[in-house]
Amino acid sequence: MQLITEKGREGRGLSLLPPCDVERVRPDEADCRKLPLGMPAVSETEISRHYSALARRTHGVNDGFYPLGSCTMKYNPKVDEEAAALPGFTKVHPLQPVETVQGCMEVLYLAEKYLCEITGMAAMTFQPAAGAHGEFTGLLLIKAWHHSRGDEKRTKIIVPDSAHGTNPASAAMAGFTVVNVPSAPDGSVDLNALRKAVGEDTAGLMLTNPNTVGMFDENILEITKIVHEAGGLNYYDGANLNAVMGIARPGDMGFDVVHLNLHKTFATPHGGGGPGSGPVGCKEILTPFLPGARVMRKENGSYGWTGGEQTIGSVKAFYGNFLVVVRALTYILTLGREGIPEASRNAVLNANYLREKIKDAYPMAYDGLCMHEFVVSLEEWKDKYGVTALDAAKALLDHGIHPPTMYFPLIVHEALMFEPTETESRETLDEAADALLEIARLAQTDPEALHASPRTTPIGRPDEVGAARHPVLRG
Amino acid sequence: MGSYVPGTKEEQQEMLQAIGLDSFDQLFEKIPKEVRVEKLDLPAGLPELSAAEKMEEIAGKNRVFRHIFRGAGAYNHYIPAIVRSVVTKENFVTAYTPYQAEISQGILQSIFEYQTLICRLTGMDVSNASVYDGATAAAEAAAMCCDRKRSVICIASTSHPSVISTVRTYAFGSGAEVILAPQKDGRTDAEKLKEILNGQTACLYVQQPNYYGQLEDCEALAGLAHEAGAKFIMGCNPIALGILKTPAECGADIAVGDGQPLGMPLAWGGPYLGFMAAKENLMRKLPGRIVGETKDDKGNRAFVLTLQAREQHIRREKASSNICSNQALCALTAAVYLSAMGDGGLKEAASQCYAKAHYLQKELAAAGLRPKYSGDFFHEFVTEGEVHSSVVLKWLEEKGILGGLPLSSRDILWCVTEKNTKEEMDDVVSAVKEVIRICS
Repeated sequence: MQLITEKGREGRGLSLLPPCDVERVRPDEADCRKLPLGMPAVSETEISRHYSALARRTHGVNDGFYPLGSCTMKYNPKVDEEAAALPGFTKVHPLQPVETVQGCMEVLYLAEKYLCEITGMAAMTFQPAAGAHGEFTGLLLIKAWHHSRGDEKRTKIIVPDSAHGTNPASAAMAGFTVVNVPSAPDGSVDLNALRKAVGEDTAGLMLTNPNTVGMFDENILEITKIVHEAGGLNYYDGANLNAVMGIARPGDMGFDVVHLNLHKTFATPHGGGGPGSGPVGCKEILTPFLPGARVMRKENGSYGWTGGEQTIGSVKAFYGNFLVVVRALTYILTLGREGIPEASRNAVLNANYLREKIKDAYPMAYDGLCMHEFVVSLEEWKDKYGVTALDAAKALLDHGIHPPTMYFPLIVHEALMFEPTETESRETLDEAADALLEIARLAQTDPEALHASPRTTPIGRPDEVGAARHPVLRG
Repeated sequence: MGSYVPGTKEEQQEMLQAIGLDSFDQLFEKIPKEVRVEKLDLPAGLPELSAAEKMEEIAGKNRVFRHIFRGAGAYNHYIPAIVRSVVTKENFVTAYTPYQAEISQGILQSIFEYQTLICRLTGMDVSNASVYDGATAAAEAAAMCCDRKRSVICIASTSHPSVISTVRTYAFGSGAEVILAPQKDGRTDAEKLKEILNGQTACLYVQQPNYYGQLEDCEALAGLAHEAGAKFIMGCNPIALGILKTPAECGADIAVGDGQPLGMPLAWGGPYLGFMAAKENLMRKLPGRIVGETKDDKGNRAFVLTLQAREQHIRREKASSNICSNQALCALTAAVYLSAMGDGGLKEAASQCYAKAHYLQKELAAAGLRPKYSGDFFHEFVTEGEVHSSVVLKWLEEKGILGGLPLSSRDILWCVTEKNTKEEMDDVVSAVKEVIRICS
C-alpha cells in the first residue's frame, strides 16, 4: 500500500485557517528553514480513505479475540472514551489556576484513593506514562529511601529469571546492578536461591505475582520477609494484577511499592502502543519521595497540591497521561466494589476454562490450576513435527484470532502465553479452543500447512531479518 | 453495578464444573488466607448512565477558557476535524503494540509514516516511534550521549523547568552529572558556556524557542558543543519548525520535542507525544520502538518492528532503554495533523503564531507591560510590569481570558497561536490598560 507521502499532488490541501488579521512580520531570514518541508499534499477525502484503509489492516480488540499473555487485552468500554472526550477535560490547560481545575484534581484524588485501596498502598503518583516508566520511578523511590538513610551501598536489585524484560532494563536505568535468580521448577521463586542472593548490598526485589507463568507464588509472605530482613524493599510489577484485584492486595503481601498498567488492568485502550499510564503506589515510608506534586483534599472539600522536599523530582512534564486516568476512573466507578473482584474471578475462570479445553493437545508448561493466564510449551511439537510456537501463532491469524504472546517467559522453550481476560464469552473461548485443536491436529498431519500460514492476512510472513540488516526507516 | 463480564451466573457455574470445581474460591486456593481481601472499601458500582453523569459532573467543575494566552509547554492550536475522526477509529484505539505484523500493517505503516514526517520536519535521518513526552525525550536523548568517558549533561538554564527536572531525575538513576548553562538576557550565554564544556561533557541540550520564547543561536551553540567533543541535542517546538531553521541545519545530533502542538488537545497535560530523531550514526542507540520497511514472503511491501536488538525484551539489563509502550496513538495524531496541514498549512500556522505574538507584544508594551528580553522570539514572550502579575491575570480571568503564565510578581510569560484573533488580543490589551490604570 502507498504511503500518505506517496499520495496526492502538489497544490492539494485543506482550507483550515482564516487569513492573518494582523500585520505580517517575519523572522530574520537567517533564522528560517531552507530545507523543504515535504509534508503530504492531500485532500481531506484522501486522508479519510487512507486511514480507513490502514484501520482495516489493523486488528483491534473490537475485531476479535486477543489472548495476548501479560498484556490483558480486555474490552475497552466506550463510556470511558466518552468521559475522556468531555471538553471539561480536553480543553483545560495544565497550568491553569488551581481553582479552575478542581474537576481534574478530583479525578486524580479519587483515582489515587481507589487504586490505593485496591493495591493496599498509602499514596500514588500518576506521572509515569507507562508500565516501564512506572518501574523506573518505583526503583528511584527505593534508591532515594536507602540514600535518605545514609545507606548508599545497596546497589543491587534482585530479579527472577522469569521476569518481564522491562524489570532488569528499568533497574539498570535506575543505576542498579541486576542479580538474576533462577526460578524453581514450578516457576515460583526459589527460596534458597533468594536467601543466597540477598545481603547488605540488596536494594530490593522486583516481582510479578501471579508470576509470568500464570501461577500465584504461595510463598509470597516468606519471599517479601526474606528481602525485608536483609534490609531491602519489595517492588510489585502490576502487569498481572488482573488476576487478583479485589481478591488479594500487593500491600498485604509485603510489597512496598507497586506500579499499575491502567492500559491493562483498568481497561483503558492500548492505542497500538500507547498512550498508557503506569501509576506508582507506595507505602508511607516512600511517600515523601514521590515525583511531582500530589492532590490533597482540604477541610473545606476543595483540592490543592502537596509535595515533599524529598521528592525525586519529575519523571515527566505535568501530571501524567491524564485522559488515560479519566478512563480508568470511569471504569472503577462502573465496576465498584463488587465488579472489581468479579472481573478478576472471571479472568481466572476464563483462563482455566480455555486451558482445560486444550490441555490434552497442548503441552502445559506447568501443572495445576492457573491464574489469569497460562503458558504452553511446544518444544515437543518442534522436535516431533517441526512445528514451532511461531507456526502455531501464525496459523491462529487465519482464524481471526490475535495470537498469544510468543517466546515469553524466557524460561519456557517454544512458549505461548494465553490470557483470555474476563470480557470474553464462553462461545468465544469455545471457538478459540476449536481453532487451537484444529491447529494441533494439523501439526501432526500436515505441518506444511502451518509453515505456510497465515494465508488470509493482508501480508504473509515478513522478512524481519532483512529489515534489521538493511534498515529502511523512512519513506 | 456495571460489568463487562458476558457470562451469566449459570454459565459461570457450568464453566467451573467443566474444570472440575464447585466454586470460585477453589480457583484462588493458592493465595494465603492472610492476604485475602475481605471487603474492598470502594463505592458500589454504577450503571453506565450514572457513571457517565458522575464524570460529567466532575468535568463540570473545571473552567474551560475560550480565550487562552498561556503556553509554557502546552499549546492551544487549531485541530483539524479530520484528526479526531481518524484517531478515534476503534481499530487504532484498541490494538496492542504491533507484534504480529501480518495483522498490524495499518498501525505499522502509520508509525512508518510518522517517522517519515518527523524526519522531514526536523531534517534528521532517523526517528523512533515516539517516547512519552518532550521532557522524557530530552532525558532519553541525554542518556544516549553518556558513556564511561563522558557523563556530564549540560542543559541550557533557559529550558522548560519540567525538562530540567526530568533530566535531573533520570540522571539520579544513571549517576550522570547535570550542569546548567548560564543565561544572559533570556538566552544561553555562549561566552560562559564555553568555560563549562569540556572532555567530560556528554551533550548540550538547548530548547528552541526556549522557555521564555526567545530564539537561541542554535548553530553557534551546536558548534561549541562539537568543539568540546560533545553531542548537541536540540529541543524543538514542532509548529515553529514550519518556518524556523531545522535542527539538522543547526547541526544537531539529536532532535527532540513535545509533539502536543501537532493535533493533541491541552487535556490538562496529557497524553502528549515525545518525538525523537537523530543522525544516522546514532540509529542503533535510539530508545523505543522503530518501524522498518521490508517485504513479505510473496515480495509485497511490508512493515515490521525492527532493530529490536536494542530493546529490553531481548537485551534486558543491557537494553538502550526500558521503554516499550510509548505514545503510538499520539504519533498517529501527529501524522494525521501534519497530513491535514500540509506544507502550506503548517507554514501558515507558524507564520501567524509569529506575527500575532509580535503584535501582542508591541501592544502590551504600549499598555505598560514591557518586554523583558531584547532578542527575537517565536510565539511566546515575557513581559514585566509594575502591577502584580496575579492582579493582572485575575482581572483577565474575570473577563474569560486565561492570560500568560506568571513567572514572578512582575513577569508574565505570554503565548499567542494562530487561534488568537486580533479582536481577542485587543481585548487583552484594553483589559491590561484598565487594570494598570486602576492600580496606579
